[in-house]
Amino acid sequence: METMTGARALMVAMEKEGVKEVFGLPGGANLPMYDEFARCDIRHILVRHEQSAAHMADGFGRVSRKPGVCFATSGPGATNILTGIATAQADSSPMIAVTGQVPVAMIGKDAFQESDIIGMANPVVKYAFQPRSPSEIPEVVRKGFYIAETGRPGPVLIDVPKDVQQKEASMIFPDEFKIRGYHPWTDPDIMHVERAIEMLLSAERPIILAGGGTIISSAFAELQSIAELLMIPVVTTFKGKGAFPENHPLSLGPIGMHGHAEANKMMTEADCVLAIGTRFSDRSVGTFEAFEKRLKIIHMDVDPAEIGKNQTTSVAVVGDVRASLRIMVKMLMQKAVKRNEENTWIKHVKETKAYWKEHLKLHPGEMGAAKILRKLREVLPHDSIITTEVGQHQMWASLFYDIIQPGTFFSSTGLGTMGWGFPAAIGAKVARPDVPVVDIAGDGSFSMTENSLATAVLEDIPVIVFLLNNFTLGMVAQWQRTFYDRRMIGVDQGKCPDYVKLAESYGAQGIRAQSMDELDKAIKTALKSDVATVIDIPIDPEEDVLPFVAPGTSLADMILPS
Amino acid sequence: MWAILTLLVENKPGILFKVTHLFRSRNFNIDSISVGVTDNPEYSRMTITTYGDEKQVEQIVKQLDKMIDTLEVKHLDEHKTVYRELSIFKIKLGNANDSMEVNKLANAYGGKIHDVRKDSMMVELTATPDQIRAFEELVKPFGIIDVARTGVAALQRSGA
Repeated sequence: METMTGARALMVAMEKEGVKEVFGLPGGANLPMYDEFARCDIRHILVRHEQSAAHMADGFGRVSRKPGVCFATSGPGATNILTGIATAQADSSPMIAVTGQVPVAMIGKDAFQESDIIGMANPVVKYAFQPRSPSEIPEVVRKGFYIAETGRPGPVLIDVPKDVQQKEASMIFPDEFKIRGYHPWTDPDIMHVERAIEMLLSAERPIILAGGGTIISSAFAELQSIAELLMIPVVTTFKGKGAFPENHPLSLGPIGMHGHAEANKMMTEADCVLAIGTRFSDRSVGTFEAFEKRLKIIHMDVDPAEIGKNQTTSVAVVGDVRASLRIMVKMLMQKAVKRNEENTWIKHVKETKAYWKEHLKLHPGEMGAAKILRKLREVLPHDSIITTEVGQHQMWASLFYDIIQPGTFFSSTGLGTMGWGFPAAIGAKVARPDVPVVDIAGDGSFSMTENSLATAVLEDIPVIVFLLNNFTLGMVAQWQRTFYDRRMIGVDQGKCPDYVKLAESYGAQGIRAQSMDELDKAIKTALKSDVATVIDIPIDPEEDVLPFVAPGTSLADMILPS
Repeated sequence: MWAILTLLVENKPGILFKVTHLFRSRNFNIDSISVGVTDNPEYSRMTITTYGDEKQVEQIVKQLDKMIDTLEVKHLDEHKTVYRELSIFKIKLGNANDSMEVNKLANAYGGKIHDVRKDSMMVELTATPDQIRAFEELVKPFGIIDVARTGVAALQRSGA
């Protein structure tokens, strides 16, 4: 037992959790915690807006699978990180958000920079703590990390009143603790796995739908074993992109609103789907009723509340999907199952894939989105980490940038938070400084958090912003072209700012690439650079993302390029 | 479908807020809610009644179960459950006869009489929500000045 302040206890507890970096911004109510950075080995990475701190922690968490930590002060600092917390919750990303709060006696008095962040954050956190005495802090931190990273991961908020940071108490740092109402892991039921296998083996046109849970649980090898063993084609959700190598002969890529044509097509023709770690979001499945009737659904998920939430399932396997898939692989090995490669379904799948490879119409210009992203793929090493912003470029990345090494693609897929990609890339690079990290960006989204260039430069975090610049809020413009008779309202960004000059003004590298040659050189220059680089790539503002499944319709009603 | 849910929760500030917030954010409705501490002061029991089809009720139960502050969540079968609600009716009295009539009805439903005045009286009735509704229909002609209801408290029968 040791006597120390609450602020000190928080930092000591975080060091015990292995925290090496914190992303944040100081203010009046979290100054006692900030003062402790002087007395510990945790690196503080300063942001220019708290939302970016949360996205950095999120990017760090997704890549390292350990909670990323962000700090904000009370009031506006706390409300500024809310979007980042909600983003992490929507995508099941482990995060610890620590906010300062006004002193306990001032809570509820509408004090300066007071906000009821616990109340506001409640629906978008996995759990929230507000320790009212310093001695609670060690256990709160221990529990917070445990909750954030176990089961279905998510963000945990720790809101610490200023006097609780300042007061001293004798601290016990517990190894053991109990959370009575939290049981994050369920052992997969062997009987259910057995039934899932029977269903898969008796299906004529089986398909695997790998969701984000496959990536969170790193079930890459298990997924590949099952696909190869049973010769089942693999589609993914957008969040599951890259759960399965996209250059694999059985890979069809993501389904969904902007899914691959062959993936959407095969999904609508399948008679049985093994859905792994997915919540059947509307963006992935459109209206499912259309083919749900003839589709048997086997659903594996760590979260029992996801079973039957959006979809009626035939067989459900609750538990960590990697554990469930491992059992499945083992059972299949014991049964010595091996399918003949040349069944009619697989032949049909391969023909469909080949057809769309050849027949999907792309932008005719030299700087069409597909060509640009394929160039990036050609130059980048396979272990590079990709984040994206939100918009057209994000969907082009999904369509035309193949993920070859599983688990290297991250995007704000659930909340769809513009401005996520760049700070998330910075967080990712902090977690993996050894690999290139590229934010595939659009101008609209990048401009929301572009001031993180200051963080990238000052903290020596050399990420690459690969900016497909159409001077427009492109996705909104596409919807206005498609559904609103070309009435373009509120989408023109002008040529403002000049992103090369913007980058340079922060001390980063700015390169404009207007041809494939320039682009090739720019990517290679950026890869060698020890400072963050923005590659500004002007593109045609009229280019649409196609195929497109209009909202409220089914995957079978996909709109294709004419 | 009318459903009775029983929840054993941590007896801590803010839990009621979280439970009701969950109903709101998941687009479910609370018909009634009652909360009280259990014999163990660390826990409270909440009884929530709600409407929804089978799938919706199953989803509510799963979402409540997922909450870290809930220790136990059950959808009770009303045929295997003792459930009661307390209600207090303030009823208008037009003439001396009314008082006798209301008294008779209250007795028939096992109610208790309180605060008898010249022009009003109160009836305390502990019964199932259906019985309370039936009583309400019967006393309506006299004129109901006010009603207060607690919401349902419920426990599963032993061996059920």
